[in-house]
Amino acid sequence: MLRLPGFEVATPRTIDEAATLLARPGARVVAGGTDLLPNLKHRLEQPSLLVSLAAVRELGEVVVDARAGVLRIGAGVTLTAVSEHPLVREHLPSLADAAGRVASPLIRNMGTLGGNVNLDTRCRYVNQTAFWRSAIGGCLKSEGNVCHVVPGGRNCVAAMSSDCVPVLISLEAAAVLRSTAGGRELPLAEYFQADGREHTVRRPDEIMAEIRVPLPTGPRRCAYSKWSVRKSIDFPLVSIALRFDLAADAVDAAITAVRVVVGVLGSRPREVTQLDAVIGQPLSDPKVAEAIAARVHAQCKPLENVPYEAPYRREMLAVHTRRAIARLVAEG
Amino acid sequence: MTAPVRLLQCTVNGRATAVAVAPHRTLLEVLRYQLDLIGSKQGCDKGDCGACTVQVDGVPKLACLTLAVAVEGREVTTVEGLGERAGGCHPLQDAFDRHDAAQCGFCTPGILMAADALLRRVQRPVTPDEVRAALAGNLCRCTGYTKIIDAVVDASRRLSQP
Repeated sequence: MLRLPGFEVATPRTIDEAATLLARPGARVVAGGTDLLPNLKHRLEQPSLLVSLAAVRELGEVVVDARAGVLRIGAGVTLTAVSEHPLVREHLPSLADAAGRVASPLIRNMGTLGGNVNLDTRCRYVNQTAFWRSAIGGCLKSEGNVCHVVPGGRNCVAAMSSDCVPVLISLEAAAVLRSTAGGRELPLAEYFQADGREHTVRRPDEIMAEIRVPLPTGPRRCAYSKWSVRKSIDFPLVSIALRFDLAADAVDAAITAVRVVVGVLGSRPREVTQLDAVIGQPLSDPKVAEAIAARVHAQCKPLENVPYEAPYRREMLAVHTRRAIARLVAEG
Repeated sequence: MTAPVRLLQCTVNGRATAVAVAPHRTLLEVLRYQLDLIGSKQGCDKGDCGACTVQVDGVPKLACLTLAVAVEGREVTTVEGLGERAGGCHPLQDAFDRHDAAQCGFCTPGILMAADALLRRVQRPVTPDEVRAALAGNLCRCTGYTKIIDAVVDASRRLSQP
């Protein structure tokens, strides 16, 4: 049995009310609770007030903003709803796929898109009971001052383990944050930072209100590839989002733009660079998959922060990149 | 420090229920230890196993990760309510019995609630793959799942007969 620590709960009805409550000292935002409650049970945080977003209806909308050319998805939309929503499936199939592969159906019925984007970083030395952690004296992210993943390391390397984040960055999505000081919009590519203790630039008093994903302006193919030990429940151990913009609506058309984003490395997702060689090549050319897999393998260095050996996961990054592209080609 | 208790009002298995709860209590703790509804099981207590699955407004959720105060005004159904709703033994429970789909039985209440939510949502006979997908958050360490899937498919057929 894992008991929650004591706290007060507030259930505001609007974003403004929630922002006012969140400005109080010791306040902490919670949406579906599927990430936060286990962490509280493990005593990784001790907030005095949980500000629940469950009753904030304005966070639950999915709408096309034709003028801005974006799909606006409320941060409070459940992952089940994201994965099944006709607009998401039509315009952003890789996002629907990623949302539908988070954890289990039960958790997707509770967890939200905003919660998945803000999923706390994870590490095999952190996501344990307080009793377990006491045996190793904690670590940088919990009660201690050492890193068990990188001996001598002064920087926490707990893994960004969201399924949706690599996909959203590959689609050039932006996040809208709200607080009593107003609102701001920033690209998700600039949202994460390399510190597992504070891996986003969101201030504690800010609420993620909305994700804005640009609608496709031309033909493209997108994929999300996830490998975990079990096909359900588990967090990803290999996580790759791919996006190819094409000159025509066929897999033998030339690639006009490519984005590849990899998760579960350190505390921020990594955008794979130096992919220019595949621009102008047909997606169906086997050399394209080989070239991209090679760049992924060269640039992504998994750590022993999550289960399974880092060298194995590095090899699997290349394997799953090749397989994901092969699937796109086979689907036509 | 523990915050003051508050009055939670909701519907549990069709009955209007009022219970004093502390804000940090989970729905599972309130069901099991305050309302004596011990059908929902406390397994991993952190969202991995699905043994605590209940329905909130008909949607299967994990009671161990739901704050009790979050079901204010909502309708909670536990495995106790499943049988009551069917006037004794629900067709799913009957199918589990006939197919020997429960061995130790610890996971069964959660699996019944997830399976019932599937059958009520689709209202037609289901395929084994649909059952696998719907039960992907419920672990069973005894059966190997085969008999559970057979039982849910069978129940869905019987429920669809006129």
